[in-house]
Amino acid sequence: MNISARNLNFKQLNEQIKAATGDVFIDDCFGQRFIGNGFKGKTITIYGTPGNALGAYLDGANIIVQGNAQDAVGDTMNDGRIVIHGNAGDALGYAMRGGSIFVRGNAGYRTGIHMKQYKYKKPVIVVGGKVGSFLGEYLAGGLIVVLGMGIEVVPVGNFPGTGMHGGRIFIRTSKELTGLPAQVIEEIASDEDMSEILPFLSEFADLFGMNAEKLAKDQYYVLKPNTKNPYKQLYTAN
Amino acid sequence: MAVNFLYPDYEVSRNDDRCIACRVCERQCANEVHEFLADTNKMVSDDAKCVNCHRCVALCPTRALKIVKNNNTYKENANWSAKTMNELYRQASSGGVLLSSMGNPENYPVYFDKILLNASQVTNPSIDPLREPMETRVFLGAKPQNIERDEAGRIVNNLPPHLTLSMPMMFSAMSYGSISYNAHESLARAAEELGILYNTGEGGLHEDFYCYGKNTIVQVASGRFGVHPDYLNSGAAIEIKIGQGAKPGIGGHLPGEKIVGDISRTRMIPEGSDAISPAPHHDIYSIEDLRQLVFSLKEATNYQKPIIVKIAAVHNVAAIASGIARSGADIIAIDGFRGGTGAAPTRIRDHVGVPIELALAGVDKRLRDEGIRDNVSIVAGGSIRSSADIVKAIALGADCVYIATAALIALGCHLCRSCHTGKCNWGIATQVPDLVKRLNPEIGYKRLVNLLTAWQHEIKEMIGGMGINSIESLKGNRLMLRGVGLSEKELEILGIKYAGE
Repeated sequence: MNISARNLNFKQLNEQIKAATGDVFIDDCFGQRFIGNGFKGKTITIYGTPGNALGAYLDGANIIVQGNAQDAVGDTMNDGRIVIHGNAGDALGYAMRGGSIFVRGNAGYRTGIHMKQYKYKKPVIVVGGKVGSFLGEYLAGGLIVVLGMGIEVVPVGNFPGTGMHGGRIFIRTSKELTGLPAQVIEEIASDEDMSEILPFLSEFADLFGMNAEKLAKDQYYVLKPNTKNPYKQLYTAN
Repeated sequence: MAVNFLYPDYEVSRNDDRCIACRVCERQCANEVHEFLADTNKMVSDDAKCVNCHRCVALCPTRALKIVKNNNTYKENANWSAKTMNELYRQASSGGVLLSSMGNPENYPVYFDKILLNASQVTNPSIDPLREPMETRVFLGAKPQNIERDEAGRIVNNLPPHLTLSMPMMFSAMSYGSISYNAHESLARAAEELGILYNTGEGGLHEDFYCYGKNTIVQVASGRFGVHPDYLNSGAAIEIKIGQGAKPGIGGHLPGEKIVGDISRTRMIPEGSDAISPAPHHDIYSIEDLRQLVFSLKEATNYQKPIIVKIAAVHNVAAIASGIARSGADIIAIDGFRGGTGAAPTRIRDHVGVPIELALAGVDKRLRDEGIRDNVSIVAGGSIRSSADIVKAIALGADCVYIATAALIALGCHLCRSCHTGKCNWGIATQVPDLVKRLNPEIGYKRLVNLLTAWQHEIKEMIGGMGINSIESLKGNRLMLRGVGLSEKELEILGIKYAGE
């Protein structure tokens, strides 16, 4: 079903999307927020620019953005897939616990903060370009991959992985990573490490028409937490 | 080098004439204070391990035990108290942040105790709840600003989603993890029977408790543990937890050793991994961002659920509440600085935040002054100890109160303030199966029902005495309050007159 978002506020647009049967195509999207919040089983393709909190609490639906997305995409997402053909804003995938987000371009600050995993539920974010500071703070589980395509410098901002106590962050760069926080162990990714991200590199390459094998050949850093109990030694019972 | 020794705070006093060495105390104490010496056929105790929880005292069949404050002293010093010195010694030997449990025990003024209630004499009759109907029902949520009519002139129901409570009390947030399964079951069943709500806290909702959904508030806090669309839709309301009275400005941390079995499954994080709730929600850095979270939750639940925003009472609480009342939230919960906790840094618990009485009065006034009081309901928490506190809170402007510490005491808690050890002998703040079993939810829920039913009756008697027959008529009715022992400024903030005026 096709919906034109022109002159609709977010509530009107989301009512139409909720009422629609089958796959939904949204034209003329112009910053309407909260698209697909909590959706379980639709495929929504968006032309234009969706507003903040796209796909929050997403629970199995598919969202494709043929353009840029704004802040808080996939906030507290539980399942499903979000594909963004342009850039994404700040706080991408905050507290995500399942499903996957693929961004062809760049993502903003606070990407993948406090993602977590449990048994078969493991959230994944793959960003093609660069990300801002505070990547994967408090990371408790899941996988973040930053590919740095077309980026000449280290493709992450300051303080990636601060407070990290689970999960993995992969960063594709030939430059040296410096200034990492104390909770993080950084290594050049081994073949074993890389086997964890290869399926997602293939998915990324298929989505955006790239060569996964070529992407996988380069040097990746992997960031791992040095403990799953970062606060253990902090306290004295009183 | 300093000797690392702290004399025990308490002494286990055992009357040997009464003790029959039945060893109940030994079996009941998870802290292993008591021990049986077979060669002398006597019980002995190690005072240093005692947390003064009174489990052994309560279960000793011959009343042979009591716990007394130790009279061992340092040289008296009005500035350097023994408590201060002991805390210093603890930190000097460990390098750690002091960690405490339950609410602020320090000697700050309790304003509820300096406020007195009114009663009718001669000029308007008081009401006897035994012979006349009294209304304690309250409705929480935004109130419509105007009456809408359809073309035929009929009134259109434009009431936003709201909560209906049989009495102006709810159980405030305590997560499954910080308290036990049996404690949660007691709260959920009591809420259902009483027609009120309990709150999941930030620990997710155990699958066994989805059946209490219409009596459940599901919480969304910064860690987002156990939050998914089915969870959001399972409760009657959703609470965004920004802050907690016991620890304003900081996050939470459930240590990995407590993340076991069902806790791990309910929180949806691996066993043994710390559950960290960051200090802020990192998707909320402004009122505009809060509005975004409020509306994303409303969108995800089709505008069916009222959204509560819970904040700690801090210095600028009135201005913050004003922002929240404009954010699309339906209910503001304010937690005073005496609110309880399963664990908080001692210094934060004891020194950060403001009393609920002042915060509540300030918020109510600010929202009325700005003409937005009806945008939201106000829930006040942070040490509501009795029905008198509830009546005073409502007269100061609350719609309803949150109760937690009082509920735990009803379940057996003796306020030993050792929740953070995870070895609660009363089966409340523990996940040790043998200890959890000690709290029978069948008995527990009845005790909670007893307590709140008694409080409801007392509320009826107090407001009946004022000549008021509906709790809604008491809301913000400061004429029913007078202060004693308060300064002009305190009276001004509370918005009440001095006794005798």
